[in-house]
Amino acid sequence: MAAQRAARTKDEVDHPSSPVLQFGPDKPLKLDAGSLLSPFQIAYQTYGTLNDARSNAILVCHALTGDQHVANTNPVTGKPGWWEVLIGPGKIIDTNRFFVICSNVVGGCLGSTGPASTNPATGRPYGLDLPIITIRDMVRAQAMLIDHLGIEKLFCVLGGSMGGMQVLEWAASHSERVFCALPIATGARHSSQNIAFHEVGRQAVMADPEWHGGKYLDFGKRPEKGLAVARMAAHITYLSEAALHRKFGRNLQDREALTFGFDADFQIESYLRHQGMTFVDRFDANSYLYLTRAMDYFDLAADHGGRLADAFAGTRTRFCLVSFTSDWLFPTGESRSIVHALNAAGASVSFVEIETDRGHDAFLLDEPELFAAINGFIASAARARGLGL
Amino acid sequence: MSVNRAQRVDLDVVTDLIPANSRVLDVGSGDGVLLELLQETKQVDGRGLELSQRGVNECVARGLSVIQGDADTDLKFYADKGFDFVVLSQTLQATRNPKVVLDELLRIGNRAIVSFPNFGHWRVRFSLLIKGRMPVTKDLPYSWYDTPNIHFCTIRDFVNLCEELGATVEKATALDANGQKIGLSMPWWFWNFFGQQAVFLLKRA
Repeated sequence: MAAQRAARTKDEVDHPSSPVLQFGPDKPLKLDAGSLLSPFQIAYQTYGTLNDARSNAILVCHALTGDQHVANTNPVTGKPGWWEVLIGPGKIIDTNRFFVICSNVVGGCLGSTGPASTNPATGRPYGLDLPIITIRDMVRAQAMLIDHLGIEKLFCVLGGSMGGMQVLEWAASHSERVFCALPIATGARHSSQNIAFHEVGRQAVMADPEWHGGKYLDFGKRPEKGLAVARMAAHITYLSEAALHRKFGRNLQDREALTFGFDADFQIESYLRHQGMTFVDRFDANSYLYLTRAMDYFDLAADHGGRLADAFAGTRTRFCLVSFTSDWLFPTGESRSIVHALNAAGASVSFVEIETDRGHDAFLLDEPELFAAINGFIASAARARGLGL
Repeated sequence: MSVNRAQRVDLDVVTDLIPANSRVLDVGSGDGVLLELLQETKQVDGRGLELSQRGVNECVARGLSVIQGDADTDLKFYADKGFDFVVLSQTLQATRNPKVVLDELLRIGNRAIVSFPNFGHWRVRFSLLIKGRMPVTKDLPYSWYDTPNIHFCTIRDFVNLCEELGATVEKATALDANGQKIGLSMPWWFWNFFGQQAVFLLKRA
C-alpha cells in the first residue's frame, strides 16, 4: 500500500493526472528570489462551468500539504478531496453555480513545478537547485493560470492557513481582480513561534541521512523518518490541547498496562506515528522544506513599507476573515490585526471568530458556524456581483 | 431578531436621517437589524462593529459586513471621515468612556447619529424623587447592580458634551413614552422632561 502510494506520488510530479498548463521559455515565472523559473508548469483542477460573463469563478488556495484535488477523489490517497465538505454540487460553494479552480502551488509536488520535478537543464530532479519560492511567487503563477483560463476578475479567492496567505497576497497585489476574499485561520505574517516549529521540521528532514543533501531522488532514496518526525511535530500544532485530551487522553494503545519501554504505549503516540508514516508516501520532503520556507518569508506589511493597511490601500474587494478560538498556530489576534488594517484602509470587512476546541485544522472540518459565515458572505457578495442565481 | 419598542422607534428615526446610497458604520450593530433595514430601504454601503461574537456571527451569516470589536477600544482603527454616517444607537450609555467614543464618531463620520435613553425623563426623576429607587422601566429594564448601562445622561447633559467636543447639533428628535416625536418648537427643558428617547444628528466642521 505505502509503496504504491509513494509510486503514485512520484508519477504525479511530472505527469499529473489532473490538467496541467505548461509555460515555455516565452513565459517565465519571475521569482522574488531574483531569478526566472522557466519552463514551468501548473497542475490544476476545475469544477463546474464558467458562465458567459466569466464572472462566477472561485479560486481555492490550498494549505501547506494540500493539493489541487479539493473536491475530487485524491489520485494518490484514494480519499475524498480535502474540502469536499464545503465544495461540490449543492454544497455551500455550489459547483452548479460557480466555476471552482484549484491549482497545486509552485514548489509543491503534485504536478506543479517543484523540487521533485525534473530540471530540464539536467534531466535530474531539481532538488535544492530550485530557487526559493515565496507566497507571492505562487500567486503570480496562479494569476498566469487565471489569464490562460480567460478570467479577468475572480468572484472569490478563498483558502485557509497557507491558502489564506495566498488569498491575502491576491487581495494585496491583484485587488482589481478579486471581487471578494475569504482568508481563513491565517495571518499577514508568520510569527516567530511558527517559524520555530517549521525550523524543527526542516531540521528533522535534513538530519535524516537519507536526505543526501537534498539529492535523495538521485539515489532512489527518501528521508522518510525525518519527514515523518516533521509531520508529527507540525500535526500537534494543528490541534489543540483540549481536543487531544478529549480524543486520546492518556489512553493506552492496544494494551492493558505500560510496557516500561519506548513502544507507542499511548494512543496519541500511535496516532502521531500513523500521521507521520502516511504523510511521507504522499509528500516530497524537499517540497516540505520549500513550502514551509515560503510561509516563513511571508510578511505582507514588510512588503508594503511596514504598514499593513497600505497593502490594502484603495481596495474595493469585500473581505471576510475567520479565526477559531482554539487555533494557537494562527490565533484570533492575527486575524484581528488584518481586520484593523482593512478598517484603516476603509475596506468592506466581516470578521467572525468561531468557538471550537478543534484547533487550526477546524477550517477543514464540518463546522456549522464556519459554513453559515461562508454561506452568508458568499451569498451577499454574489448578489452584489449580479450572480443572483 | 428581537426588537423592543424603544429600539423600533429609534430605527425609524435613524433611518429617516440617512439618505440613499450613503456609507454607514453602525457601532453596536447587535444582530444587524438596523444595517439590514438600511440596506433594504436606503441601499447603503453598511458596515458594523459589534461586541458580542454571537451577534457578529449572526450578522455575517445574514450577509452583513460586520466585525467583532469594542467601541471603547477599536474605533481608533478606522480612518478619518471614512463614512458618511456613523450610527451609535442605544449604546452610548453602555460605553466606558462616552466622551472618547463620541469624539471618535465625529472623527470617523462626516456626520454622527447618536440615540440614547434620556435619564432626565420625568418617570426617572419621579422614581428617584418619590420612591428613592433607581428607575426600572420597560425601556430600562435592568436593576442597578446588573445593568450594562454604566453612563446614563440626560438630553441636557448630552447637549453640553456636544458643545465641549465642538459638535454642531444639526437635528435633534425627542420621543415621548408613546414613541411620538415631541414638537420642534418646544424648549430644551421640555424635551429633557418629557423625552424618553433622544436621537441626535451631529457634525463637526
